Amino acid sequence: MSTSHILKRADFIFKNENDWEEVLTKSLARTPNELINELISSELKGRGGAGFPTGLKWKLTSELKSDEKYVICNADEGEPGTFKDREILSRVPFKVLTSIAICGYVIGAKQGFIYLRGEYFFLQQELKKAISEFEFFCKEIKFDFKINIFMGSGAYICGEETALFESMEGKRGEPRNKPPYPTAYGYMGKPTVINNVETLSHTYTIFKYGSKRFYDLGVQFSRGTKLFSVSGDTPKPGIYELELGMSLTDFVEEFGDDDTKAVQVGGAAGFLVPRKKFAETSIGYEGKLVGISLPTGGSMMLFNSSRSMFNVLDNYLNFFAEESCGQCTPCRVGCQQLLKGIKAVKRGEKPASYLDKLMSLAETMQLTAKCGLGQSVANSFSSIVENFREEMIY
Amino acid sequence: MGKKIKITVNGQPVEVEKGTSVLDAANQIGVIIPTLCYHKDLCVAGNCRVCVVEVVGQKRLAPACATPCEDGMDILTNTHKVRNSRKHIIELLLSEHNAECTSCYKNGNCELQLLASEYKIMSHDFIHLVPFRNYTIDDFSPSIIKDDSKCIRCQRCVRTCAELQSVNALTMAHKGEYAMITTFFEKSMNDVICTNCGQCVNHCPTGALVEKNYIEEVWSAISDKDKYVVIQTAPAVRVGLGEELGFDPGSRSTGKMVAALKRLGFDSVMDTDFTADLTIMEEGTELLTRLKKALAENDKTIKFPMATSCSPGWIKFIEHLYPEFLDHLSTCKSPQQMFGALVKTYYAKARKLDPAKIVSVSVMPCTAKKFEAARPEMHDSGYRDVDYVLTTRELAIMIKQAGIDFKKLEDSHFDRLMGESTGAGVIFGATGGVMEAALRTAYELVTGREVPFENLAITPVRGMEGIREAKIKIEKPLKEWAFLDGVELKCAVAHGLTNAKYMMDKVRAGKADYHFIEFMACPGGCLGGGGQPIPTNPEIRQRRAEAIYAEDASMPFRKSHENPEIIKIYKDFLGHPLSEVSHHLLHTKYTARRM
Amino acid sequence: MKPITELVKDLADRHGRERHSLLPILQGVVEQEKYLSEFSMLQIARELNMPVTEVYGTATFYSFLECKKMGKYIIRVCKTITCSMKGQKQILLAIEDMLKIKVGETTQDGKFTLLETNCLGFCHKAPAMLINNEVYTELTPEKIREILTSYLNDKIIGGEHVN
Repeated sequence: MSTSHILKRADFIFKNENDWEEVLTKSLARTPNELINELISSELKGRGGAGFPTGLKWKLTSELKSDEKYVICNADEGEPGTFKDREILSRVPFKVLTSIAICGYVIGAKQGFIYLRGEYFFLQQELKKAISEFEFFCKEIKFDFKINIFMGSGAYICGEETALFESMEGKRGEPRNKPPYPTAYGYMGKPTVINNVETLSHTYTIFKYGSKRFYDLGVQFSRGTKLFSVSGDTPKPGIYELELGMSLTDFVEEFGDDDTKAVQVGGAAGFLVPRKKFAETSIGYEGKLVGISLPTGGSMMLFNSSRSMFNVLDNYLNFFAEESCGQCTPCRVGCQQLLKGIKAVKRGEKPASYLDKLMSLAETMQLTAKCGLGQSVANSFSSIVENFREEMIY
Repeated sequence: MGKKIKITVNGQPVEVEKGTSVLDAANQIGVIIPTLCYHKDLCVAGNCRVCVVEVVGQKRLAPACATPCEDGMDILTNTHKVRNSRKHIIELLLSEHNAECTSCYKNGNCELQLLASEYKIMSHDFIHLVPFRNYTIDDFSPSIIKDDSKCIRCQRCVRTCAELQSVNALTMAHKGEYAMITTFFEKSMNDVICTNCGQCVNHCPTGALVEKNYIEEVWSAISDKDKYVVIQTAPAVRVGLGEELGFDPGSRSTGKMVAALKRLGFDSVMDTDFTADLTIMEEGTELLTRLKKALAENDKTIKFPMATSCSPGWIKFIEHLYPEFLDHLSTCKSPQQMFGALVKTYYAKARKLDPAKIVSVSVMPCTAKKFEAARPEMHDSGYRDVDYVLTTRELAIMIKQAGIDFKKLEDSHFDRLMGESTGAGVIFGATGGVMEAALRTAYELVTGREVPFENLAITPVRGMEGIREAKIKIEKPLKEWAFLDGVELKCAVAHGLTNAKYMMDKVRAGKADYHFIEFMACPGGCLGGGGQPIPTNPEIRQRRAEAIYAEDASMPFRKSHENPEIIKIYKDFLGHPLSEVSHHLLHTKYTARRM
Repeated sequence: MKPITELVKDLADRHGRERHSLLPILQGVVEQEKYLSEFSMLQIARELNMPVTEVYGTATFYSFLECKKMGKYIIRVCKTITCSMKGQKQILLAIEDMLKIKVGETTQDGKFTLLETNCLGFCHKAPAMLINNEVYTELTPEKIREILTSYLNDKIIGGEHVN
């Protein structure tokens, strides 16, 4: 039996009622605790990929005493197949700015940053204009808060929050050891809330309409809506806001080209779901949905039967081998071994059984890598090799 | 003191202070966890992941070095999951490492090799990655060879160069599969700001960074009947060498070392400690002369603080980074170079040898000494003053090659003329030693009395504190030093180039009102030199220092000016400190080096 | 075009002289020069009073901070999954054919450098490429010829965001 939901479209994020001044003023009139509780009861989880409860993140940071604290909006959108954050920043920048400021108010920060990936340089001008308008309003209502843009320079790993701090501090974007976590030791060693662009946009919705409106959408453990970046073999690529909890069958029905062979959920760092598992797969955070459920930054890439899964994996592994920061052994060397390994098997230089050794290596990478990048390579690797083993071999 | 917390490691309870790493907690109860990127001298990186352990209740494994203990933590270090992961990680490292162990200089002394052996890595399933790279060996430096094909990117060298030395010759560059440890624009280490101190070599777990060795050259010289091969031994070698040859750290092996050198076939075995004493005579006089010019003659051109010049790593450091302060340096050559200049002049004459046929070898705890010996200005004898510089490690290799059972050797004595030394010469090997030796002599020269410290131990300048200070008030000086009456002589000691940098920034800011500063490039001074046995860490440095001071206390003479051979060389050859001959042979000048 | 020394000084005046000012300064130099030379890194190190090796180590981490001489227009063709599926190779061939250079090379007149890059975030409009900071999407060999011609004639057609 499937708990299939019909695909439910929503329109919160991009709906622009131009009421940010009102939302900001009203939120600043509430106590930080009220706002935190609002977030907690909405059950909003991070939309960048890791899915940490947003309210808890704000709460932990707000409780720490520090002379400086920071709010950082993570706009280093680099996961293959993801392009929603750019769209948010260009279409509804004031929602994001408002949320950054409200977060600053809640945790006691006077400074916010937007870490914008280098590839989105062209967004900078417009965004700067929006920021000065926004800061002008803050000044008018005597709310002391500044927002700066920090430009990235082409490094996928900088989307990892501690690598992002390192990068902002003028260093190589190498992830830090955790603990300590950003809530206690973030940018410049100060308590920091770092949220994805989309997550911040959802907080806007929650502060505007109240947590119930948000909570009532989606399913248990996966509340609210989510932006999906749809690409690949689909007649309608683009960005869609959908309620969480849908089944992959419904998704493919809507977005597939009647020949969908597999869907990559969550980008290169996510999982490949083959056709035979569409029905048992729901899209949401880990929880009690029937079958497997998948954490997601919202990347949905569809592949039809004309695609070779070997080439798909080859492309991902090339990406990871290049974009790994290179500091920890399992990720730096592991990615190269997986890449060279599948090629050797394909060429017949290694026996098919070598794939098992690589599967076991991928598991070690998941267990031992320093950060999410190295840990998640196994997701796509194992799901592709497991489900399309024959395509890897000959 | 932090709060105490309790954890269990493999079921055994252990109580530690909050903030202790899982690695340290495990070690406390005798549970060994393998490490590679971890080093007691350095900040924790958590890069290699060899030290992963299971934290019960957590999905992923945690690096023991970078994981702080939490109250109630339950750690497992030897589960199937842990062993399997470690094995994979070692295999991965081997796959990017040029594992031609039998032809590697570090064969038998490589941490990666040891781990591979412990974990019995019997297969080479993973694809060998070295052939995919265009590795070249950088052997342009006279001191250090860098072979990237053997590098496992643990970044110990990078952290060493940055944290201990503030030199930053090395960095991690590029990322992902191309990540490598390199210099500015991948230049040769000979062409960048590198002091040749060799701390990177001492901290490298594999053969990626090694000293340039001159073992074969020295063997050839020894077997050449036409050559007269003289060797000098630096103070710190005698408290380190034993570690390579079966003794515990902190063992003194002066007599055995001399015996071994004689068995190796050196024609004469003499002591750098002799020229250390000579350095004190020259440098002490230089200091007093500067004080006289400044205080009695009001000469404004005299620069204070005066800085020592024995450490070639420090010399290159100041030449690169503080060239505007070169006239603060003592003009004295280092003891090694004084020895070299004298062996082909004074010694040759006395022994009636043709200096052209003398091969002058030194054994040093240092790789920078190799560069120093190769400086073009170090030819004052008319020949290259020091022909070959061996490190403590290279000497140990020669002793093993010669089939000498070091432990069974009877003690032997240095040869005459330049082999006698004092406790003051020996302590050159420890941080603060040059200062202490100088004070013992200078104070007595000025006042006619011994320094007012019990058993001549000037304790304020001893120890491992990065920067130490001492003040000695001069009272009732001899008549010719009357201008020093009541003057408080202010001295400081800095070891490790990071501390040297701190001190020089103070000097630059005009906030260092010292008369005399001792600088040593390496942490702990020469006993912690880049050419010393591996490993060297805070505990081992401490033991070697204790051995040095024990050696000092055991010497019949404790003050440089009492050394009979020093008295003799001034009488027979040099005349007096800072004489014309001294200036020609024992003093030098420095070169500003920019990048 | 400002002389490098002056440019670095101005950038440091604007962004500060602390370590966290490094990336904006590197980006500022790359914006004018297209790449970071040894000389510019030495200037930056001096201005910020930091080891030049660390400037190098940091710069080489970021793929948009090139350390060798680049052309006036840097073409970066996305090679990640969707672009690869939607004909990235053909785009590359069209560019190579037109400019007579291979990936990693610069045209003799110093006008173009051709590079590949990872996901640009235009997967729904694949294949995509950047020329300096302009994004071009839904590329076809024909479109490539049109775009490059506009650059050759210095009458640049705007990219994606100019709608």
